[in-house]
Amino acid sequence: MIAEAGLAALWLAAALALLQLALAWFGLVGGKDDLLSAMRPVAVAQGMLTAAAFLLLITLFVQSDMSVALVATNSHSMKPWLYKVAGTWGNHEGSMLLWVTVMGVAGAAVALFERALRRDTHMATLGAQAAISLGFYAFLLFASNPFARLDPAPPDGQGLNPLLQDPGLAFHPPTLYIGYVGLSVAFSFAVGALLTRRVDAAFAKAMRPWVLAAWIMLTLGITAGSYWAYYELGWGGWWFWDPVENASLMPWLAATALLHSATVLATRDALRAWTIMLAVVAFSMSMVGTFLVRSGILTSVHAFAVDPQRGTFILGLLALYIGGALALFGFRIGTVREGAQFELVSRETMLVVNNLLLTVILGLVLIGTLYPLMTEAFGHKVSVGPPYFDRIVGPITLVLVIAMAGGPLTRWRKDRAKAVGGRMLIPAIILLAAAIAVSALAWGRIGVLPFLGLIIAAAVAVGSVAPLWKRNLRRTPLFTWGMVIAHLGCAVSLAGMASDSAFTVEKLVAAKPGETISTAGWTLRFDRIVPVAGDNWTALQGDMTVWRGNGAPIAIHPQSRFFTNPPTTTTEAALLTRWNGQLYVVLGQEAERGRWQLRIWWKPFVTLIWLGGIMIALGGALALLGRERRGWMMKIRKRSALA
Amino acid sequence: MKAKHQRLILALVALAALIGAALLAASALKDEAAYFYTPSDAKTKGVEPGKAIRLGGMVVKGSLHRAADGVTVRFDVTDNKATVPATFTGIAPDLFREGSGVVAEGAFDRSGTFVATNLLAKHDERYMPRELEGMTYNETTHEMGPEMGKEK
Repeated sequence: MIAEAGLAALWLAAALALLQLALAWFGLVGGKDDLLSAMRPVAVAQGMLTAAAFLLLITLFVQSDMSVALVATNSHSMKPWLYKVAGTWGNHEGSMLLWVTVMGVAGAAVALFERALRRDTHMATLGAQAAISLGFYAFLLFASNPFARLDPAPPDGQGLNPLLQDPGLAFHPPTLYIGYVGLSVAFSFAVGALLTRRVDAAFAKAMRPWVLAAWIMLTLGITAGSYWAYYELGWGGWWFWDPVENASLMPWLAATALLHSATVLATRDALRAWTIMLAVVAFSMSMVGTFLVRSGILTSVHAFAVDPQRGTFILGLLALYIGGALALFGFRIGTVREGAQFELVSRETMLVVNNLLLTVILGLVLIGTLYPLMTEAFGHKVSVGPPYFDRIVGPITLVLVIAMAGGPLTRWRKDRAKAVGGRMLIPAIILLAAAIAVSALAWGRIGVLPFLGLIIAAAVAVGSVAPLWKRNLRRTPLFTWGMVIAHLGCAVSLAGMASDSAFTVEKLVAAKPGETISTAGWTLRFDRIVPVAGDNWTALQGDMTVWRGNGAPIAIHPQSRFFTNPPTTTTEAALLTRWNGQLYVVLGQEAERGRWQLRIWWKPFVTLIWLGGIMIALGGALALLGRERRGWMMKIRKRSALA
Repeated sequence: MKAKHQRLILALVALAALIGAALLAASALKDEAAYFYTPSDAKTKGVEPGKAIRLGGMVVKGSLHRAADGVTVRFDVTDNKATVPATFTGIAPDLFREGSGVVAEGAFDRSGTFVATNLLAKHDERYMPRELEGMTYNETTHEMGPEMGKEK
């Protein structure tokens, strides 16, 4: 019954999306702005129906209803409760339902909360959102029905991939999807503005909070995914240039560029066409990512199933929406007035540089990700790995980060090069001092990129805080605080990355219980191997004691886990976090003569990578809050003026 | 006139950046992209020692030996046309075993042995390195077969 109700909710939502599109059409063609008030409840109902369908699917997973094919192939009745819930989106159909749900709810939010947009643009935006949703409803209903029944129902399910049985699954995909699909709102805004010829500062002001919200979630999702991969895979790395990681990075790069160009458009009414283009590109990257992941064209931990038919379907949607938006862009961009001018030395120019570099990185990552597919079409099997990405993305990112520190220190519209140089003086001195300090500390022991990364991070950290210099901190707007904290977060994250690759100490041994191992100032005593058991797994656990110098001993317990449904082994690394780094211990396989393989890393300041990511998201949240608060203040002032 | 000048400069800078990026990508791809080799590719094309590549194939049955230090393994990788010796120091993935598919990251040393710094085996029974698709191990093993990588 529940499955049928869920399917019915989806069909109904799809019908409402069609109605929403029709209302937008008649409203725009007939010039009837009042149809907007009819569209609002339709969009809200559509959002509620998708949410209901999603909740019903979660219910089916929690009840372990094996008569539903999706539950039977991806769940197991013995699984812990949390993973029954999170397992809902740990598969193709469920994750596509999550995608559609986010899209529906985002559309409802635009209908409910957007007040700044002109009525006709608002209608066109909701119409565009409905048009994109329709394609994905079709994909869900015709090619990926999550509610399909299985007859006869099997006695129990096949279980969830144990790598996914981790609290990370509860957090990482939903945040990432909210970010990914939240960008559809920016896309719809851009289409709406083009259709109604309203590409101006007011439009950018209305669009920016939506972009910001999606971008915050995307940042959190990527940060969480990176940390999850770091501790779950047991490889000690935090980014692998896996095509699916790239698929989440590309929309982030585009959204970051969009965020900055939208600020230029909102404040200075410049970069009109470019901002529209970026809004189209950002969500296009989300769809390309979905295509790469869901078509099975790439192999990865994230690719759930190989199904060429689905790939073709998504490719069709991709061509339709991206092609449609670009065609509209081509036809209408001529009617967009030229934006305001600016001088060569100005914040606008700095933000253009920022956009250029972000776009270049995006392009290079896209080429690296698609190149294997393109060559394979010509019969060559080629893979592009970390060496390519490290070599090109590393240096450009360093330049980007330097420009990031310079931007806020440059005035809008017109500035003097000398004055900007003067403001950059202190960061430049820090750069020099850091270069001397790092050279004295580790000359010859670290590579060029980590070296540059460390000193640039130090200089940029100071440069990021510099906009607060000589300001009354209590009167500094939240938006400025947000920018400072986000930029500082980039420097912090960069410092963590550079420190991890420059100073990580690794030790690999085969040890017998009772032996003691020393590395990087830590001593580890391997006490014993004990068998332990969880809800749906058994494990061999290494009981170990570690201490640093003369410090207090701490017990750690790395495990090697065996899951029965499906039969798989996973590594549970033991992590010990200190303010200045992380100790990372992995229990390997049994070697001869009663020895066990142990891999020990001491990673100085590695946690800064994710701390930086959280700071970036926090900065975004402050900026968002600052805008909202200003809106509330205005309302309050208006009311008191009336009273 | 002045505004036009500045637009021109910006456009030229943008163009220069794009061309620079394209050249960078092309040179990086040329160096790094021929990154995946099968043992017969390595034998026929030749890979210079020290160049980072991925080597993919099947671990030959009976070739897997563990060294005395307990963390080094030696094995042969084959694609049924050619076979190359390889070593790996580290914790091998759980699904790395004889007769099973493997993608090894690393470089050849001067003696022609592949020194792997990382081994990628399948994560679970549904995962198969894409490069190994269509490759099967001759001896009948229950591990591998052409149906790998597909949903059951």
